[in-house]
This record gives sequence, structure tokens and C-alpha cells, in this order.
Amino acid sequence: MMAARFLRRSIPVLRQARCYADAPSGSSQMSFTFASPTQVYFKEASVKQVDVPTLTGAFGILPAHVPTLQVLRPGVVTVFNDDGSAAKFFVSSGSITVNADSSVQLLAEEAFPLDQLDVAAAKANLEKAQSEMASASDEAARAEAIVKALE
Amino acid sequence: MILSIVLSYTYMTNTGQVRNMATLKDITIRLKSIKNIQKITKSMKMVAAAKYARAERQLKPARVYGNGAVALYEKAEIKAPEGVANKHLLIGVSSDRGLCGAVHSNVAKAIKAKIATLTGEGKEVMVVNVGDKLRNILQRTHSNYLLLSCKEVGRKPPTFTDASIVATELLNMGFEFDQGAVIYNRFRSVISYKTDEKPIFSIDTVANSENMGIYDDIDADVLRNYQEFALVNIIYFGLKESTTSEQSARMTAMDSASKNASEMIDKLTLTFNRTRQAVITKELIEIISGAAAL
Repeated sequence: MMAARFLRRSIPVLRQARCYADAPSGSSQMSFTFASPTQVYFKEASVKQVDVPTLTGAFGILPAHVPTLQVLRPGVVTVFNDDGSAAKFFVSSGSITVNADSSVQLLAEEAFPLDQLDVAAAKANLEKAQSEMASASDEAARAEAIVKALE
Repeated sequence: MILSIVLSYTYMTNTGQVRNMATLKDITIRLKSIKNIQKITKSMKMVAAAKYARAERQLKPARVYGNGAVALYEKAEIKAPEGVANKHLLIGVSSDRGLCGAVHSNVAKAIKAKIATLTGEGKEVMVVNVGDKLRNILQRTHSNYLLLSCKEVGRKPPTFTDASIVATELLNMGFEFDQGAVIYNRFRSVISYKTDEKPIFSIDTVANSENMGIYDDIDADVLRNYQEFALVNIIYFGLKESTTSEQSARMTAMDSASKNASEMIDKLTLTFNRTRQAVITKELIEIISGAAAL
């Protein structure tokens, strides 16, 4: 309710009173939250860029990206931190929300850092799944994307 | 003192047992059963404490996840159009097992209050309940509002798969709701929880909301997938919070039950000792007066 009052007073959509004073620099930071149901990878962190694979295509999200909602495809998410390092995660599915105040919520159904995954096991699973002719099997999707990403 | 006890005993036997003084055997039986109950409540408390610790650990990421899921609704200020006779869906989250304090009745009270206000405004309401206890409470008075009931909740910690099963069944029921809420017990601390609700909206409501125009590049398919995923997320969040509250409530309930049981044991032990001494004294007096009569 209070937030609504602030909202009507301030344009663009800046909810918190504490952002009110530094409105110009507010949108140059991206508040990035990346979580799966069992683990949180980033919580309101400030990062430079996030690359996501979505159903409509892969795109990169920078601060002050136009607001959008997307649904994720199995694939690799790359997060570029402020210091330049990149972290890659494999996600099975999920959704991403970019809000007008440059906050991004990436909610993945399953997400793993790439170094936690074993390429050999992934390849074996892929072959097994292909031989079972399972079209949307989790193993196949997981393995495919990993093989693609690491090759 | 011995004289007064003797007098009181003779008085009772003369009047044909106006008050039944408990025999040693009765007290022993009671004492034994209360000791057993205390053992049970103590072990239930430890089990609940272990489950609570695990649930609280899993709650931390689930909270971030759940808050991320509702962030869209908050930031875009999505509201259902007022004044239209819209359909509401209430999802009450509870569990199958009792002995956990007021957890189930709090959720049931909140649901009943909401049903009352919404039907007073002429809106149509349906309730989905997760957990048998909730169903038992609601079935007595509000059985015609129940849309779907979920069992086998509470034995194992809830997973995302459980939440997605609930959401799938709910969507398959075909009840076209416009907005609704998930009513659950939000965990605040080991000794306190609060009944809270998180809003859910239908695809049409979100699409027609005024602020959605700023969100670019959305088509109906994407929005539908997004909404379904958000629904599962909110249900999952409610389940996680609810389990943690339930386990902490059960822990405190069993703790106070064990304390009450040990209080009763102390009192009964004193009564037992008094009775035992009275019996011994009575036998002594009989012997002595018998000997004196010779």
C-alpha cells in the first residue's frame, strides 16, 4: 500500500524510498536474483550481464533492459559479474522476469553450475536416452545442452 | 496428624465410601500411563525438532525463490479489475497430521473469513486444500466450496514436484478463476508463525492489467507458461513455509505436553507416597490396637 503511494509520486517505477534520491544511477545497476527451489545462486546481486536461453531465442540482459517476461529453455545461463568473471549454469526450465526498475529474477526449476556436471556421465545418459527414444526425457535435455556447451 | 488421618479414614468407611479414596493400585496404573505418555511426547518433540531443523534449512533458498516469484506481481502492481463479479480461488496449505497446535485451525479460520467476505460481495469462491486436517475442518460447514483435496502431505518434506502436481491438478479441474490467494502459515520464529496469504492471478487478469504494457515481447503462449510456472512457485513457497511452521508448532506443543506430564507425575508421586504411608500407618494401627486388645 505504501509502495503504491510512492509509485504514484515517482516516475519511472521506483518503489523503495531509498532509491528515490539516486534515481539517475538506480537503473544502471541490475539487481539480479537467480534461484532454484533448493538453492540460491545470486540474491539481489549486481552483475554486468546475464545470457539466457529462452523459448523465443537466446538473449543477453544488461541493466536498464526493457521489461519483459520469458520462459527458459534447457540450456546454459552465463552470468558476467562486475569484475568480469563469468559463471555458467545449466538450467532445465524456468522463467525470467525483467522489471522496469532493472531488477531481474531468474527462477529455474533445476540449476547446476557447469563444473558440477560430468561430461562422460552426461554423454552416457544421452546415448541411453536416445536409445530409449524418450523425446522429452530430462537426461537427454540435460546431457544435450552440456555436450553442446562444452564442445 | 496420625490421629486425624485415622479419624478421616474411619469416617469414610462408616459412611459407606462417600468419596472413593484412590487405592495404591489405581495410582500406580495412572502413574505408569502418564510416564509412558511423557516418553512418547518427548520423542515426538525430538523428531519434530530434527524435522524442523531440516525444514528451516530448506526454507532459506525457498524464500528467496518464492519472493522472486511474486516480485512481478508486486512491482507491476497487478490487480484484478474491481467491481466485476470475478471468481476467486483459495488454496489452503496445511498437512495431514495433528498434534501441532493451532496450525490447521488458523488456516481454516482465515479461509472461512475470506469465504464469508467474498460471498457477501457476491463473488464466486472455490477452495483447494492441501492436507487432510484442513479438509476435515472445512467439510463440516463449507463442503460445497471444496474443489480439490490433497492427501499424504506432511510425512516427507515437500518438494517442487509436489507443488507442480497440485498446480497441474488444479489447472486440469478447469475452474476459470480470475484471482485468488494461497493461505499458509508464514514462519517467523521457533515460537511464532503467522497466517499469511500470497496472491495468485489468472492469465487474463495479468494480461489485461494496466502495467503490463511496459513488458515487451510477450505473447499468449509465453505468458501462459510463465503464469503456470509462477503458480507452482507460489504453491511451493507456501508448502515450505507451512511445513516449517508446522514442525516448530509441533515441537513447542510436544514440549509443553511433556512439561505438563512431568508436573502431573510429580503431583501423583506425592499422592502415591502419601497414600502408601497412610496404608502403612493403618496396618500399624490395626496391629497395635489388636495387640493392645489382648
